[in-house]
Amino acid sequence: MAETPIVIHEHQFQKMKTVMARLLVECAARVVFLVDRDGQPIAYHGDIGDMDTTSFSSLAAGNVAATSSMAKLIGEDVFPAVVHEGERESIFISVIGRSLLVVVFDERSTLGLVKLRTKKASYEVAAIFEDVVRDSEKQRVSENSFFAQITDDDIDSLFS
Amino acid sequence: MTFINYASREINCKIVYYGPGLCGKTTNLQYIYDSTAPQAKGKLISLATETDRTLFFDFMPLELGTVRGFKTRFHLYTVPGQVYYDASRKLILKGVDGVVFVADSQEERMDANIESLYNLEENLQSQGYNLIDIPYVLQLNKRDLPNVVPTEELAAELLRKSEPIFEATASQGVGVFDTLKAVAKQVLTELRKG
Repeated sequence: MAETPIVIHEHQFQKMKTVMARLLVECAARVVFLVDRDGQPIAYHGDIGDMDTTSFSSLAAGNVAATSSMAKLIGEDVFPAVVHEGERESIFISVIGRSLLVVVFDERSTLGLVKLRTKKASYEVAAIFEDVVRDSEKQRVSENSFFAQITDDDIDSLFS
Repeated sequence: MTFINYASREINCKIVYYGPGLCGKTTNLQYIYDSTAPQAKGKLISLATETDRTLFFDFMPLELGTVRGFKTRFHLYTVPGQVYYDASRKLILKGVDGVVFVADSQEERMDANIESLYNLEENLQSQGYNLIDIPYVLQLNKRDLPNVVPTEELAAELLRKSEPIFEATASQGVGVFDTLKAVAKQVLTELRKG
C-alpha cells in the first residue's frame, strides 16, 4: 500500500458530526462537509438536496490543490482558506492539515461569521483527525486487523 | 490513500489512469460510466478544454459491491496527458492507491508512451511513492488500429515489473473492465496485507 489506510471508527465519526452540526447552526450554513485533501468525502451535515456529495468533495480537493500550488508559485507557503462567493450560494473552504472543512452558505449568513466560527471548529476537527491518524497506524500493525481476514473469494465476489 | 469508515461501513480507494495525450484515458472512464448501472456510479465529472482535452482531471465514483459488509467504492481519476499539464498530474497522484498506465499502441506514439511513463515514475517519486511498490496495471490501447506495435515490443519497452498487461480497444470497451478489475483487485489485496 502506498500509505497507511485511514480508518475512522464510530466514536470518532460521531465526534466529527457533532462539531459539524454545531458549526452549521453557529454560522447559519446550508451544509458543512469534511473532506480529505486527496478528495475522499469523510462526512457532511446539513441540507444537501440532490447534490452529488462525492463529486463535490473531489472538486473541493482539486480546487484547494490547484490554489495551494498557485500559492507556492507566488512565494506563499499555503492559502489557509479558499472562498467562492456566488449570487445566492457561497463556499468557504478551510484547510486543516490533511483535511478540508467546507461550509456552503447563503444570504442568511455572512462570510465574516463563517470565517470566525469555522476557525474554532477547525481546531477541534484537527484534534479528532490526529486521533484518527494515530489509531490508523495502530490498526496497521495489529495482526488481528479486520481486513487481514478478507479472503480471495471476498475480492473475487466483487467482480462476479 | 484508502479511507475506511466504520460508521458508514465504507471503503474508499483512489485509482488514477495515466498516459500520454490522446491515449484513451477518458475513453476508458467514459466506457465504464456508460456500462455501469445508475445505482453503482456517481456523475462523470470532466474538467476539460473547449476541444474536450482533459484540462485538470476526469472523475467518477464507482461502487463495486460489499466486502464483509463494507461498501467498496473506487474513485477513478484521469490525468491530462499533454506534456505542459505536469503540475496538474502531480496533484492528482496525491493519495493514489492504484495506477493504470494507458499506452497508445500506435507506432508513432511510442516515444510519447516512454516519456509519459518516465514522467509517471518521477511524479510518483515526488509524492513519496514508488511504482514498484504500488498496485499497477499496463493497458495497451488502440489495438484495433492498423499501425500498432506488436505487444511483445511494447511490453519490452514499457514493462516495469511483473504487472498485468491488457490489450484494449477502449472505444469499443475491449479490455476496459479487465484492466479495472486487475488494478482494483491489487488495491484490495494490498489493503488485506495492511
